[in-house]
Amino acid sequence: MSDGVNRITTLVVGAGHAGLAISHYLAACSIDHLVVERGEVGHSWRTERWDSLRLLTPNWQARVPGLAYDGGDPDGFMDMAEVVEFLERYARLVDPPLETRTTVEAVRGRGAGYEVVTDRGVWHAATVVLASGGFNVARVPPFAAALPEFVESMTPLGYRRPSALRDGGVLVVGASATGVQIADEVHRSGRPVTLAVGEHVRMPRTYRGKDILWWMDRTGLHDERYDEVDDIVRARRVPAPQLVGTPERATLDLNALTGEGVRLVGRLVGFADGGTAQFSGSLRNKCSLADLKLGRLLGTIDEWIVEHGLEGEVEPSERFAPTGVEESPPLVLDLAREGIRTVIWATGYEPDHSWLHVPVFDHRGRIRHDGGVVSGAPGLYRIGLNFLRRRKSSFIHGSDDDARDLVDHLAGHLGARAPAKVA
Amino acid sequence: MSATPEKPAENGVNVDALLGAREALGETPEAGKFVWRATNEWLHGTHSRSSVEGYFGLGGEHDHKSTFAFESDHPLVFAAEDNAATPVEIVLVGLASCLTAGVAAVAQNRDIQLRSVKATVEADMDIAGILGADPDVRNGFSGVRVKYDIDADADADDIEALVAQSQKRSAVFDILTNPTNVTVEVG
Repeated sequence: MSDGVNRITTLVVGAGHAGLAISHYLAACSIDHLVVERGEVGHSWRTERWDSLRLLTPNWQARVPGLAYDGGDPDGFMDMAEVVEFLERYARLVDPPLETRTTVEAVRGRGAGYEVVTDRGVWHAATVVLASGGFNVARVPPFAAALPEFVESMTPLGYRRPSALRDGGVLVVGASATGVQIADEVHRSGRPVTLAVGEHVRMPRTYRGKDILWWMDRTGLHDERYDEVDDIVRARRVPAPQLVGTPERATLDLNALTGEGVRLVGRLVGFADGGTAQFSGSLRNKCSLADLKLGRLLGTIDEWIVEHGLEGEVEPSERFAPTGVEESPPLVLDLAREGIRTVIWATGYEPDHSWLHVPVFDHRGRIRHDGGVVSGAPGLYRIGLNFLRRRKSSFIHGSDDDARDLVDHLAGHLGARAPAKVA
Repeated sequence: MSATPEKPAENGVNVDALLGAREALGETPEAGKFVWRATNEWLHGTHSRSSVEGYFGLGGEHDHKSTFAFESDHPLVFAAEDNAATPVEIVLVGLASCLTAGVAAVAQNRDIQLRSVKATVEADMDIAGILGADPDVRNGFSGVRVKYDIDADADADDIEALVAQSQKRSAVFDILTNPTNVTVEVG
């Protein structure tokens, strides 16, 4: 790499599954490009995940353009070492022009293209694809600042294992995939967990003998497009389903957690008088909503089974017990008296675009885009966000269709080449 | 200025009865368990009518002197017919009525003669929440402001203390400032 300015047609930021999939399709279109990666391939998977984490998608669903899982445990779930191994294998296969240990410091508009400043040189690119991950920053509510000092505050990006926590009670805030998984293992470690539950998505791990994600794939739910759903703003905010990947294919819904002794409270709304946590009185409503939504999902699957004449071939239809909520869940908890020493904010993630100096953000700092085609910035693309183009966009297997569509658009933008027609 | 014995304050609140009730509750705490009720019926569009008839308390059922009716609707800018106040405005009415009742009761108890008590209530709300336009915006109020204008036989500090004590003992102030478990069922 020289110290001067380098020129390239397309610069891809990030060598995770999405960046590699983009590279695969760029190469198929013979588009000159470079992938820059701040660490090594799959950096976030290596460094920003807790120890026990496994993918919540089964192995058979691990497929990226040009590579699909071919191991002996299709119904299993990869741990992080296996994910990294899978991505390294994919990187060897795609063999992209790649600069690792290269951190992007700024992306700016420059003429009809972009200037990308890294700690190892400057590139001028006609087009830029941001594949830098959708979960870089843990979102924490502003009132977290009012947490009393005797309570340790932590996000899932910093959490590694229960034994690294102080002894004593733990308040886990948020009951999406991250929240329920952390609540489960922390409670099992002997640290009593209180789980603050807002809007959540309840799912059984398996239904009628198949993984729930198998049904979502098969029925086409995962392929639902961003321009077809009623309310894409809302759809993009739907929290990750309460799923965990375990060898037992266990369901980890709220009933499973209360069965272990985890205490449920409503959504955390703030801290009063220093050390008193206040919870919304909407717990019952949030649980009813999730139960009803689960019922609709299972109904959709049941109908699909009937329509496709599979009724006799799969296990019978089933409905799950409503989420149990105590009569009057606590609305306030004195953290000191309850022995709560740690709060873990499983309140969502967001992408880090702090280095993107192009006016493409809405009033909340979210990038404006039309299915990954960044609005008001021709030649700039984003991949790997929730429901970017399809319901599956944030899943590893979702990157294939999205990458193909976006490279298609990118090639059209470049104009010189025919749009990609690759399988 | 010589100290002259003043006429006791008369704000129309039977403080003795209230204090007596508090004492009685010490012996029969069950009597303090009240259940408040309202019924509501849809009329048309966003227009509905609520009735308040009876309540439970002091160990038995009670009827109001008459049945009170409250209508509610939504304003023209919401493409509704504006037949009555908006539900959120009725919440403000509840808050102001509760605080004012408290001011009168506390003033009576402290022997402060009131001449006029006026409250103005304002609440901020971003309708991006209820329209689902921005999931980060809450449905309800982002803030509520109450301003009291009180003319009474007391200095500014005492009047301030009246209003503060009224908030401390206000049911609606508590309802708005602290979470409450709410259960909604069908059928």
